[in-house]
Amino acid sequence: MSKKIFIAGFGGQGVLLIGQMLAYAAMYQDKEVSWMPSYGPEMRGGTANCTVCISDTPIASPLVTSCDVLIAMNGPSLVKYENMLVPGGDLFINSSIVQEPTTRTDVNVHYVDCIELAEQKIGNAKTANMVMLGAIIRQTGVVELNVMDKVFEKTMTGGKAKLIPANREALSAWGK
Amino acid sequence: MAEKKLMKGNEAFATAAINAGCRFYFGYPITPQNEVPEFMSRELPKCGGAFIQAESELAAVNMAYGAASSGGKVLITSSSPGIALMQEGFSFFASTQTPVVAINVSRGGPGVGSIQPGQADYEQVTRGGGNGDYHTIVFAPASVQEAVDMIGKAFEVAEEYRNPVIICADGILGQMMEPVVIPPAIPPVPEEDLPKIRPWAITGHKNKREKNSHNSVWLQQEKLEDYINSYWPKYDKAERELADWESTDLDGAEVVFVAYGSTARVALEAAEILKKEGIKAGLIRLKTLWPFPKEAFKEIGPSTKHVVCTELSMGQMMKDVECALQGKLPVSLVNRVGGMLLDPIDAAERTKKILEVK
Repeated sequence: MSKKIFIAGFGGQGVLLIGQMLAYAAMYQDKEVSWMPSYGPEMRGGTANCTVCISDTPIASPLVTSCDVLIAMNGPSLVKYENMLVPGGDLFINSSIVQEPTTRTDVNVHYVDCIELAEQKIGNAKTANMVMLGAIIRQTGVVELNVMDKVFEKTMTGGKAKLIPANREALSAWGK
Repeated sequence: MAEKKLMKGNEAFATAAINAGCRFYFGYPITPQNEVPEFMSRELPKCGGAFIQAESELAAVNMAYGAASSGGKVLITSSSPGIALMQEGFSFFASTQTPVVAINVSRGGPGVGSIQPGQADYEQVTRGGGNGDYHTIVFAPASVQEAVDMIGKAFEVAEEYRNPVIICADGILGQMMEPVVIPPAIPPVPEEDLPKIRPWAITGHKNKREKNSHNSVWLQQEKLEDYINSYWPKYDKAERELADWESTDLDGAEVVFVAYGSTARVALEAAEILKKEGIKAGLIRLKTLWPFPKEAFKEIGPSTKHVVCTELSMGQMMKDVECALQGKLPVSLVNRVGGMLLDPIDAAERTKKILEVK
């Protein structure tokens, strides 16, 4: 198994964090993993993206020009990156704010209204990125959902520990 | 085995240095290595170390000179143009045989250049931008784990050879996160033991021994020649003992890639792509840039028709490869420059074209 995942959106949407959470989960499942952010003169509200490679064998290049899973957290990201996705790949669209339609007809499109779900089901719009993460994990099986407990435990420590229940709940907010 | 942690390259580099006993860090901010000084400013004071944000790279390298001369274990880091500014210091370290470890998280150049990953500092780090007869020892890791392991080794080598050692990382290694096992911490040498362990260090003689002095001024040239001849054998020893590389699938290879750092991972993927198309491809990955692992090229067999250098420069490494091959095989360059990255599919395609026209 080898998956290349590309996540893109505005700075501040938790784009890099979604990728890091996937990377932690993969590591705790003893898989090979790399996480590579875009870096540059970035700012809140500017563009942000990251690449996560998860594999059973050592990862050669941590950079990708095509991906198996694409997450578009905003409209410009969908327009800019939809052609990176391989035919038959999984395309996750943040339908809460993405107005643009995708031009791809050869991929599996998943519309995730993650902001509404975070507000209505979790009562915290800041968990929208975790709603999206839950959708990715449950739809693609790229990592196991139950590993996320360990990921939250290891990464949300001290004062952040109180945020674990809401984040865990957010993972199941989308779909049935 | 210690637990794996998911760490950003720059933070892993800093952690590895502290665990190797480093207690002095001097630096000036520059992308893409800023997480190193950020981490050091927070963590070094906690373990009794000293962090100073200098007013410039030139100040930082000379602070390192002072701390290392008095027996401190020192790390300095910067990125390409910052390392250029430090070159005077490297020459002085070499002249006075002062051990310092430096990390170059390199980016596109020349000049201020771009802030994206580059490998156009090959000549800067291997040839030395400083003046005089000296070498810097240069390690080239290809993963965060290898960087961490090499940093521990770099401190040992710097001390054994009493010479500056550079870890040649790049923007990808600095910015990416990978699982990593950090080596256990080595306690730093207690101050009272310094004169015994580093007898050359300027620790204060208290009128009980001959004074130590570190001096790079030799106005009597015959004495300077004697001095250079006295330390030069360590470079011969380094060439014999430190040159390091990793070979992959050289047996039966039609084409052999040569690469280092994160670009070696791109080359490995390009080799896999070629293999799927029936072209046997191998890889020589340089783990040291100086000493250059010349011996690696003796492993290339009769099946090999072409050597392709994949690097993020206009062929700086290729010159050393050509020198090592001594005209025995044609050598070509597959590169990107200025902060642009090599794509494995593109590298494979360009390699196929090279093989067709040979």
